[in-house]
Amino acid sequence: MNDSPRDALILGGNRIPFARSGGPYAGISNQDLLTASLDGLVARYGLQGEKLGEIAGGAVLKLARDLNLTRESALSTPLDPRTPAIDMSKACATGLETVVHISNRIRLQQIDSGIAAGVDSASDSPIEVTPALRRILHRAFAAKTPMQRLKALSAIRPADLAPVPPRNGEPRTGLSMGEHMALTAAEWGITRQAQDELALASHQKLAAAYDDGFFDDLVTGYRGLARDQNLRPDSTLEKLGGLKPVFGVKSPQVTEPSMTAGNSTPLSDGASSVLLGSAEWAQQHGLTPLARVVDARTAAVDFAHGAEGLLMAPAYAVPELLDANGLELQDLDLYEIHEAFASTVLAHLAAWESEEFCRDRLGRDRALGQIDRSRLNVAGSSLAAGHPFAATGGRLVATLAKLLHQRAQETGEVQRGLISVCAAAGQGTVALLESV
Amino acid sequence: MADAYTRFVRSAPGALIAKRTGLPRPAFLPRRGDRPDVLGPVVVLGASAGADDIAHRLLEAGLDVRRRFDELRSVGSVLVVLDEIAAPADLGLTLLPMTSAMRRLAPGARIVTISRPATGEDPARDAARGAVEGFLRSLAHEMRGGGTANGIQVTDGVPLDAPGVTGALRFLLSPRSAYVHGQFLTVSSADGTATEDRAAPLAGRTVLITGAARGIGAAIARTLAADGARLVLLDVPAAGTDLARLANELRAVPVQLDVTSSGAGKRLVAQLRERGLVLDGIVLNAGITRDKLFANMSADRWESVLAVNTTSQITMMQDLLAGEGVLGTQPRVVSLASTSGIAGNRGQTNYGASKAGIIAFVDALAARLESHGGTANAIAPGFIETEMTAKMPALTREVARRVSSLQQGGLPVDVAEAAAFLLSAEAGGIRGETLRVCGQNIVGK
Repeated sequence: MNDSPRDALILGGNRIPFARSGGPYAGISNQDLLTASLDGLVARYGLQGEKLGEIAGGAVLKLARDLNLTRESALSTPLDPRTPAIDMSKACATGLETVVHISNRIRLQQIDSGIAAGVDSASDSPIEVTPALRRILHRAFAAKTPMQRLKALSAIRPADLAPVPPRNGEPRTGLSMGEHMALTAAEWGITRQAQDELALASHQKLAAAYDDGFFDDLVTGYRGLARDQNLRPDSTLEKLGGLKPVFGVKSPQVTEPSMTAGNSTPLSDGASSVLLGSAEWAQQHGLTPLARVVDARTAAVDFAHGAEGLLMAPAYAVPELLDANGLELQDLDLYEIHEAFASTVLAHLAAWESEEFCRDRLGRDRALGQIDRSRLNVAGSSLAAGHPFAATGGRLVATLAKLLHQRAQETGEVQRGLISVCAAAGQGTVALLESV
Repeated sequence: MADAYTRFVRSAPGALIAKRTGLPRPAFLPRRGDRPDVLGPVVVLGASAGADDIAHRLLEAGLDVRRRFDELRSVGSVLVVLDEIAAPADLGLTLLPMTSAMRRLAPGARIVTISRPATGEDPARDAARGAVEGFLRSLAHEMRGGGTANGIQVTDGVPLDAPGVTGALRFLLSPRSAYVHGQFLTVSSADGTATEDRAAPLAGRTVLITGAARGIGAAIARTLAADGARLVLLDVPAAGTDLARLANELRAVPVQLDVTSSGAGKRLVAQLRERGLVLDGIVLNAGITRDKLFANMSADRWESVLAVNTTSQITMMQDLLAGEGVLGTQPRVVSLASTSGIAGNRGQTNYGASKAGIIAFVDALAARLESHGGTANAIAPGFIETEMTAKMPALTREVARRVSSLQQGGLPVDVAEAAAFLLSAEAGGIRGETLRVCGQNIVGK
């Protein structure tokens, strides 16, 4: 992929602080959250009146009326109203996929600039009617006479009237994501202690990054929130250790349930956006590129038949990405592995360290090996920040791009970073960034 | 937007009731765009060479200028030039002809005196100069129809055609000073440069505004942007998106920063450098209230008000002065004080202390900046209609509105206009002053 016509550069990003579901953003629509994130981006980089190549965005929990969520949000910003937009969807990988999409377009010279964005509000998720009621109503709308309409409507039964909230589980297994992850964690022998330590580190690193002013030009406060609401800078192993397991408690395969509300991400509300452009466009607009999007890969696993854990797809996509770019796992300077659950990150690391996994499942001669844990999620990740599904990709990309740029300035050497995001339905998207 | 009472007494039945019962009847205050910059005819009183010169210059500016009231049926502006008075007995000759004109003043008329401050050198002359103050402040109480009366005091040795005098005169005659009433502005030097382009007096100047996301700060931002300034808008991170949206509206640079956080000034300097921004003006507007009777005052309420309203301004100016190259050659600082800092206010020992501190601070800062050709001044707003005052208890708020000569609250834009004037190149001769924007609130001087 290094022979593409030109680089796609990450020029900056903006997100609103992530809030807990039912918190300060309760009652605010996806469109408003996404607009807020875009408004902050426009203000930070002086994009008022600018006609961009494209804006790609999306939400996982999306109302049917938000057909053109991204375009409608963009129209509410001071960007040129002739900026095209596209809505994309791939569960929790949506945000990263929008970045890959925009960067590919830039590399192929289809556009010179773009924004990759994502938003989710667990506080304003769609609540639908039952399929039975929907069919009855459609039949009634199609009726030609009042009698036919009455007849159609008379078929409604009380049970049809119950509202249907978004499905909290995989359609093919009926298990929630947490239950799935509990099975994988048990399979890999991920301990409670290791999960709590990872969660604590996430909070401490995110808090330190805020204190250092690292997020001054990545986050724009919203609705009185200046930092992520979920952040607990004063959390301790004792406090985390006192929480009761919530996932895996009903699965007989899980002998010691270890996943708690402390080492799992909470339902969250938030939005993020990333500004990308060609080198020429960046120069014309006086913007300093932070990093280039080098390459990306996706993978999917057969979780439905139990062949692999639901959230383990990135474990397959990462080696493919490394091979394609002639890199070892240890050649990377920074790793951003999305903390859907602490055990997700730990299971991935364990898999890459496992000779057996790498030989039998990845078909390699030997294990990918260990990573230097001090290079993992160095500015905190989803366990501390929260995880508004489609907004996480933008958070990861902007954070890593700035980290790589800073480290390159300090060391004078090119810095490489990996982003790994797991997603529902056994999917994963991973990307390689490099400082410029 | 007028308050509910004002809207009522402007209705036909409301006007009748108010007239019969002697209730306050606040007048409409014309603001920028509501009327010409100078309301004619302009009558210039006074026999000094300075009076002749001012009349001549106003005439050259294309205004309808008279030296007597004669048969004028309506008078827009009156300029009373008293720079050469030597004793109180001299006053009547110049002032008394105005008595006949008081009932012929147009709505929103302007009376401006130009005199010199007492010096302690000549008792009779000082008495006359002092008398001008008492006269003007009393006359202001008698103004009707949204008219205002203010004075300019020009330090001995400073000519009446100094940029500061011209600037102050243009400001006080204009609708931009709608809520400035019964006040004196002192021009203490001939510094400053004349404004060429009155349509964009701040063109080419970069101004930082703290506390810019909402209320008075946002109004200052909009006014300065309308006057052509390039803006750097600062507010706390929690107000970030409001700030970003204002920045988008005004094409300004947003800076999210808690001014009380450690190293805030240095972070600001770093951001200014990074973007190559050089500040010609600074509006220190960030402020909070944490009202409580002193008997119930907690350390937290006391400390937070002092930290935001006073200490942050001191440290920020220290950092900006120390930050090489981030201040322009003639920096203008405008700091937000309050009438509570002049007269005090029940329940505001912390706030009053913080704002009185600012009044003394700008005086000292002005002396420090003088060597840079810079100025520092304060604005002391009285009751201004903002989100903050909307939260006051209804009765207290209603009283606060009516205890000024103009019998109404001011608008954020009134404070903004005063800031725009003090930031202008013309205002270089005004240093260490505290300009009240209070509609001649009865508290204090």
